[in-house]
Amino acid sequence: MTTSPQQQSPLLDASGVAKNYGAVAALRNASLSVLPGEVHALMGANGAGKSTLVKILTGAISANAGRILIRGEARDIRSPAAARRAGLLPVYQEPSLIPDLDVLSNLRLTGTPVEPFRAWVRELGISDLDLRDTARDIPLAILRVLDLARALAVEPDVLLLDEMTAALPANLAEKVLEVVRRQGDAGRAVIFISHRFVEISALCDRATVLRDGATVGVVDIVPGVEEKIVELMLGTRIEKTKVAARAGQGAASAPALPRIAVRNLRVGTKLNDVSFDLRDGEVAGVVALEGQGQDELFAALAGSIRPSGGAIEVDGKPAKFAHPIDAIRAGIAYVPGDRSEALAMQRSVRENIALPFSAALRNWGPIAMGRERATVASAIQRLQIDTRAQGEVQRLSGGNQQKVTIARWIAADARTILCFDPTRGIDVGTKQEIYKLLRELAGNGKSVLFYTSELEEVQRVCDRVIVIFGGRLVDIFSVEEADEPALMRAAYGLPRGAKADVGILADPSANPSDAPAPEARP
Amino acid sequence: MSTSAITPAPIPLGRRVKRFMADRPLIPLIILLVILVVILQILRPGIVNERWIANTIKFAIPLAILAGCQTMTMLTGGIDLSVGTVATMSAFIMATQIVNQDPAVAFLLAMMPAVLIGLVNGIGVGVFRVHPLIMTLGTSLIGTGCLQVYQRTVIASGAKIPDFLAWLGTGVTPILGFAFPNALLLFVPLAALIVFTLARTGFGRLLYAVGDNERATRLSGVQYWQVITALYVTSSLLAGITGLLYIGLIKAPSLSLAEPLVLPSVAAAVIGGTSIFGGRGGYTGTIIGALILTVLTTLLTILQMPEGARRILFGLIVLFVTAAYLRIVEER
Repeated sequence: MTTSPQQQSPLLDASGVAKNYGAVAALRNASLSVLPGEVHALMGANGAGKSTLVKILTGAISANAGRILIRGEARDIRSPAAARRAGLLPVYQEPSLIPDLDVLSNLRLTGTPVEPFRAWVRELGISDLDLRDTARDIPLAILRVLDLARALAVEPDVLLLDEMTAALPANLAEKVLEVVRRQGDAGRAVIFISHRFVEISALCDRATVLRDGATVGVVDIVPGVEEKIVELMLGTRIEKTKVAARAGQGAASAPALPRIAVRNLRVGTKLNDVSFDLRDGEVAGVVALEGQGQDELFAALAGSIRPSGGAIEVDGKPAKFAHPIDAIRAGIAYVPGDRSEALAMQRSVRENIALPFSAALRNWGPIAMGRERATVASAIQRLQIDTRAQGEVQRLSGGNQQKVTIARWIAADARTILCFDPTRGIDVGTKQEIYKLLRELAGNGKSVLFYTSELEEVQRVCDRVIVIFGGRLVDIFSVEEADEPALMRAAYGLPRGAKADVGILADPSANPSDAPAPEARP
Repeated sequence: MSTSAITPAPIPLGRRVKRFMADRPLIPLIILLVILVVILQILRPGIVNERWIANTIKFAIPLAILAGCQTMTMLTGGIDLSVGTVATMSAFIMATQIVNQDPAVAFLLAMMPAVLIGLVNGIGVGVFRVHPLIMTLGTSLIGTGCLQVYQRTVIASGAKIPDFLAWLGTGVTPILGFAFPNALLLFVPLAALIVFTLARTGFGRLLYAVGDNERATRLSGVQYWQVITALYVTSSLLAGITGLLYIGLIKAPSLSLAEPLVLPSVAAAVIGGTSIFGGRGGYTGTIIGALILTVLTTLLTILQMPEGARRILFGLIVLFVTAAYLRIVEER
């Protein structure tokens, strides 16, 4: 791998770091070496182990194996306080000021010197901060900047920034990047975690790339390195798989009206101007890195949150969802990614599957037990749920729990199912069953919106795939085009310029404006 | 805190007995009840007779109905501390209005505060998300205040206990040579209705589901405020009916008539195996819990000790029984 010549000894040198959660290896063999004076990007696809590595470096969790050297000395970082003493300071995505205290008390609490803090706050472009303000009353974007200022004020050797510019308005983001860049000049180092290539190429000197819990490369940031990084993140999965368009459904028999038409949908600052159609008889995939607005998209379609702008049309009629019941009445069911969000864990499989039947006021009376048993049994049969422990859902395996969350809506015969990462953390066999089920649903004329964090699932299941980056819909692929490299590039906001295989040899002069406009725009 | 405190089962069978009881949580409760009765009989030979049984049942019924209110609200993770005030209000209004009014009108007037307080509780908890403990405590205090104001307006007219309520509250009917308390005429259908509602109706399902995972019910289309409002109105109505029954039993209207029943009703539901955190429990256990508390009260009354010591003992036993019961039932 390319590395700069090692004239200096690294400030931070972690190697062979591993972490297991039970049988699952979150990190297998990660290493990270940061030199004095550099801004170092840490990159990796969803689930590659970035956040686990960060948590280990900052003492939030402890590693099962590995060695961490700070300024050449082996250190055992057992707590956030120990990391701080060792000169390692993180700024996380969530603001860390205590909401009920004013800024000054928050500073005292962490032993942060006040004057340097003030200076950094001014430096970062906030001129009118009153230290007596209660943290709760300060806007989120400012809080994140205050977190950064608080970290800078103690002059850490290594500053760890997790998606620092997310949720910042452009002017603040610019100041932040400027200050971060200057950290390097003072001989300190910054570890910069970001999904944005634009920022990384403007700011960073080198990047460490993680894949499947291991460091797969360290690269210098030079023009055109994006391709190389995408290649590293994909690893051996680079070969193109050709998938024929699915016969029968979709485009061939495209009906006049889409089942759901999303128009310029906006949710707070998280989702911006998203438009696409979902048709009967198709599985539309959604691909996005973590936290790009896909959660808000699904929640808005499910009626869990109200969009702040734009429109959702169901069967050609505008729909306003104030509560999930409104979406359910329109035949739209939501299967959340977190099973514990969807299941009453202490209740039986049967009660969980039948839960939507009792929801409406008119169904509060006596339950037709025979009919319910039959409906539930057929849903259980269809999904092949293992019902040996059906007395309490919490005793089922994860895969079977996931099946219950889907079976509920099969039993309720929902016309549209919004599946949010339904295969996360379940075994391979169950995954296959879920793919098959989603295809069957589409075959029966239902429509499915399917978010997945595993890119390889797209070509197995979807007819089309929508890619979201930074709250915007950046591309729509047909299934034939949606191979992993193409999706990965799009998910990182890279234009669909290079038509050839991704690689170092890809044409760097590819024109970004080649990227076709999302085809579903009206 | 072992099984031996509750079941004199031989040790080799211990594990099997435990498993058996974990599957049928009512059994240890019934065994405890029997043990208490046996202790009573040993301390006062001859006390356990037909009359004593009828009396115990009569006093256990109002407690059991109020404990039903607690069971249902606790299933959703709530609690209803206003049941005492509601029962007192309905009893007091009935006893004072019956003097000048038609019984049906007096009944409707008596149930009015119950509906009102239930509605306010339900809207407060379900719509404004006030914690049930605070919400029902608040309405309870307001209700007591209103009752004091009301008392001044009826002070001249006096009060009387309607004959029908006296019959229902204290009367017994000999059937097959056994004196059945008339209150059972009210209680048996009521209890059957509660058990049926919890097990076999959509509303009952929702109470369990809401208490288990409110977010999941929301995603399934359940509107929380509807369930909660219906629940607290039901709870208040039950409390109102209890008040009418209780005034027939006590026969002395006062401004704190049913207040002493509130905390025992919570205890009865907890002893009966309903989780205060929601999602777990049932009414049959609660009924036995109410019987256990009533027998326990008798037991402590016949022990000649000062009131303070009696209360301390009562509290200790409730704590011990609940802890032991949870240990047995949750063993897997």
